[in-house]
Amino acid sequence: MSKLDSKIPEGALEQKWENYKSSVALVNPANKRSLEVIVVGSGLAGSSAASSLAEMGYKVKVFCFQDSPRRAHSIAAQGGINAAKNYQNDGDSTYRLFYDTIKGGDYRSREANVYRLASVSSNIIDQCVASGVPLAREYGGMLSNRSFGGTQVQRTFYAAGQTGQQLLLGAYSGLLRQVGLGNVEMCARHEMLDVVNIDGKCRGIIARDLITGKLERHFGHAVLLCSGGYGNVFYLSTNAMGSNVTAAWKAHKRGAFFGNPCFTQIHPTCIPVSGEHQSKLTLMSESLRNDGRIWVPKKHGDTRKANEITEEERDYYLERRYPAFGNLVPRDVASRAAKERCDAGFGVGASKMAVYLDFKAAIARYGHTQAVKLGVHNPSADELKEFGKQVVEEKYGNLFAMYEQITGENPYELPMRIYPAVHYTMGGLWVDYNLMTTVPGLYALGEANFSDHGANRLGASALMQGLADGYFVIPYTIGAYLSKEISVKAISTDHEAFVAAEKNAQEIIDKLFAIKGTKSVDYFHKRLGKIMWDKCGMARSEKGLKEAIAEIRALRDEFWKDVRVPGTANDFNPELEKAGRVADFIELGELMCIDALNRTESCGGHFREESQTEEGEALRKDDEFAYVAAWENNGNHTYELHKEELKFEAIKIAQRSYK
Amino acid sequence: MSGHMNLTLKIWRQKSDKEKGKLVTYPVQNISPDMSFLEMFDVLNEQLITKGDEPIAFDHDCREGICGMCSMYINGRPHGPKRGVTTCQLHMRSFKDGDTIVVEPWRAAAFPVIKDLTVDRSAFDRVIAKGGFISVNTGNAQDANNIPIPKTDADAAFEAAACIGCGACVATCKNSSAMLFVSAKVSQLALLPQGRVEATARVKNMVAQMDEEGFGNCSNTGACEVECPKGISLENIALMNREFFVANIK
Amino acid sequence: MSNTSTKFIQSSLGKKLLMGLTGLFLISFLIVHCLLNSFIFLNDGGILFNEGAQFMANNPIIRIMEIVLFFGLIAHALQALVLTLQNNKARPVKYTVKDGKANSKWYSRSMGILGSLLLLFLVVHLSHFWIDTKAAQFDGTIAEHNTYLEMIEVFHNPINVAVYLLGILALAYHLLHGFPSAFQTMGWNHPKYNGLIKKTGTLFSIIVPLIFAAMPVAIFLGWIK
Repeated sequence: MSKLDSKIPEGALEQKWENYKSSVALVNPANKRSLEVIVVGSGLAGSSAASSLAEMGYKVKVFCFQDSPRRAHSIAAQGGINAAKNYQNDGDSTYRLFYDTIKGGDYRSREANVYRLASVSSNIIDQCVASGVPLAREYGGMLSNRSFGGTQVQRTFYAAGQTGQQLLLGAYSGLLRQVGLGNVEMCARHEMLDVVNIDGKCRGIIARDLITGKLERHFGHAVLLCSGGYGNVFYLSTNAMGSNVTAAWKAHKRGAFFGNPCFTQIHPTCIPVSGEHQSKLTLMSESLRNDGRIWVPKKHGDTRKANEITEEERDYYLERRYPAFGNLVPRDVASRAAKERCDAGFGVGASKMAVYLDFKAAIARYGHTQAVKLGVHNPSADELKEFGKQVVEEKYGNLFAMYEQITGENPYELPMRIYPAVHYTMGGLWVDYNLMTTVPGLYALGEANFSDHGANRLGASALMQGLADGYFVIPYTIGAYLSKEISVKAISTDHEAFVAAEKNAQEIIDKLFAIKGTKSVDYFHKRLGKIMWDKCGMARSEKGLKEAIAEIRALRDEFWKDVRVPGTANDFNPELEKAGRVADFIELGELMCIDALNRTESCGGHFREESQTEEGEALRKDDEFAYVAAWENNGNHTYELHKEELKFEAIKIAQRSYK
Repeated sequence: MSGHMNLTLKIWRQKSDKEKGKLVTYPVQNISPDMSFLEMFDVLNEQLITKGDEPIAFDHDCREGICGMCSMYINGRPHGPKRGVTTCQLHMRSFKDGDTIVVEPWRAAAFPVIKDLTVDRSAFDRVIAKGGFISVNTGNAQDANNIPIPKTDADAAFEAAACIGCGACVATCKNSSAMLFVSAKVSQLALLPQGRVEATARVKNMVAQMDEEGFGNCSNTGACEVECPKGISLENIALMNREFFVANIK
Repeated sequence: MSNTSTKFIQSSLGKKLLMGLTGLFLISFLIVHCLLNSFIFLNDGGILFNEGAQFMANNPIIRIMEIVLFFGLIAHALQALVLTLQNNKARPVKYTVKDGKANSKWYSRSMGILGSLLLLFLVVHLSHFWIDTKAAQFDGTIAEHNTYLEMIEVFHNPINVAVYLLGILALAYHLLHGFPSAFQTMGWNHPKYNGLIKKTGTLFSIIVPLIFAAMPVAIFLGWIK
């Protein structure tokens, strides 16, 4: 308990951040020049933080494992970014965005952080537009909004289906500007392998140059981990192939507590697995649920083609179970309902692990309105279908094309097959109000921290949080720490702590090569993924989690006895990179299961089979579990739980219902 | 299984930039048409690792066609035979049983080979660092709706901004020219009122850096536009030419 | 200023502009050349044609333009050489398999070869007509010089006709790419006018060479006497 101080400022909720900004210690410009900051990761959080800090005068070094900072996986976000601008005059406000985010997160996030997030959301849009991000506009030249994620207001800003790409490239351009000006040193194709703590403070990192294989020591007065989420612990996810937990996990092993590791978001609309060869899953934007109807056959084990199944024989299970929200229930609810049907034997497709997302009704509906619009009287059935298809193509053309590209099926004629997939991790390194972890000088931003999303993230909120942390939070909060560091001269990387950390990293690499086993890294990763998906995925039980922990421990032993890492260490070696990451994923997987086992309630993306209502809905236990579970690594795969109680002062806690 | 294919792959293997490379033949069996091209490489690499050989190094990350990292030159075309897709979104159903597929890295002096099919595209970053941005510091921004932008301009800027920086344009250009990449960024920012402020310096500096990196010259064959997975238009190159001339007259 | 303009000319885009400008200039010359030569189709025994030739040989402005044209041609060719060398250097290791036809026209990719052929053709062409005319200009016999007869003589030789047809074919393809390409280089690309430029370019690249080709063919077949 005593180890966690969230450092939430005093005062009324609306005043906390304003007061903080006015009273936080500042660093004078001359001193900033001699303060060095390391940023690990170049996604929205990393790029925006690095450029902002460099503009302020700090000396910044940025690391990313990809060949360019522009590749970070923020780029893949499709839908949009929320901001409480109220441009649509539909009653939006900072409070409403705050409220929706807390409620959407199933009351497992920190009020003060979320309120701050909501209040800087508007500035993000301003900043992005000023830096050249081409967000969608109306004919009058004003920014366009759409509704998203089942909220009642239109507050989502977007750039077609490539919002993440446009925002990331905007942040990237700001970062590259600072690189060009000499204020940021960019280290691409570098992977962080350890953090270096000196006298209880984080003072740098060990990184491997992925091309030469050389281990490097880098000093920083502060280190910012902006390394994203750990969804790839499931092997199959919508994350990029290289997305990993290594930076966060190494920090965890050096003293940073890990918050709510079991909180994982499973996105309901992804293209299902097509076979053993599957390497990753592709998301189909949530916006499709605005027009598509989800169904499975009523008949158990029905093997007929979709078009042969009549209306009466179809079970629109979301509309049946949740008449008020229908197909638009939140992500966690939709995902569990799909799993329930498939597990019960009603799934479709070759694997039987999929449900239909059908646009037939939408095509018919749009066909009629389009015929009226075009003034076509008594249109034929074919004409109606054609009109409808045109409208659907205009709205979702690129998504339909992507679906056809991947599956080889035409979604205008056949319903899409979809299934839930791991998408985002709400858990991450525990941070205080300053975004500092439990290690002084070590920060975590964006998806890498345990964040503002509680137990479930709302759509279009991830981009918002990454940029909020990088553009508008860390530039202030880092001053609180660095203002006390101005007298600290850059520490030589010959310091024994650097030497020891590099030695440690080298030993792990040597150990991996020394095994000379028989199985590839992917072999272990796939097995880990299967354990996690089956037992720590959409539904979790005490029995399953206990089994999973035992299986993961056995897998860990096997990995360290039988993995085969080809090639050499002093070379470009992607297999070695993967091996290191999978080794960390295995350890993280165990902690996730431990966390899930501890939390015997159901909340957000975390569904404990033991904790559900009579109708099979998630049952939260606020009196027992209204806390952040922050895990301390005591070495030797032992973890100690610390609880940060969550106090809700501005919001009244209520059970979510979408009936 | 039905529809599964046996293929002959001829893949460029090269230890490093310093050493010479060559095509090496690998047969692969039982390839599902539902696999992506990169998943077929995963299968091959798994075989190589099990045999004790070194797997083929290739760049890839998001595998959903947006990060721009994957970069294979397949049977004489960047990202393979299908238009509008990246290598990761190319599926094996685009090939047939018995096919021979030649896979090479992007080839350009400005993109030196790191290993096998992996090349160094940091030249692109250096070009962007010279001007592919708007010089606005965090916190300086006015309200996003203060400057209305005509929808046509915003849409055109967006289309130029869709570039993923994969380098297929350079790879396919007979001159290894980077004009499409550079012009996409120049256009995007030139079309927006926010970007006009420093348009003159931007285009001069970016073109100068592009030349310094050793890319070739544009001869308007239009191959880049055809092969661009994001459909970046040649109009951007014309616009950059215009911007550049005007900038130099000023 | 001078530093800036040197930089401009040395930049890739500056060089391209020079290619485009000289190209357009050479195209404008082609129009004049084509129009004047078309006088042979009057079949008047070369009276008007020779008058035209005399005018061209004596008019001081034309004489100056001739020099400009010569430099334009040299600049176009030299610049092309420089660009080609640079472009080759930009890809030191070539592809084993390259499917050029999948994304571009063969003549767009072969401007260097087509241009070189044109240059060779030009040497032949000048040796047939221009050198004699120049000689006549210098030794003062230009007034008696009968270019028309010269033409009839040259094009009675089937080998010459074949060489000319080949040269003109190279010209046609060179224009087919060069015409719209010059516009693109000048920055004149707009969806509204692209179709027009492309069509005009194609028509120009067909009509002008056809007229030129008709001359040796008509003479060889005896239609023009």
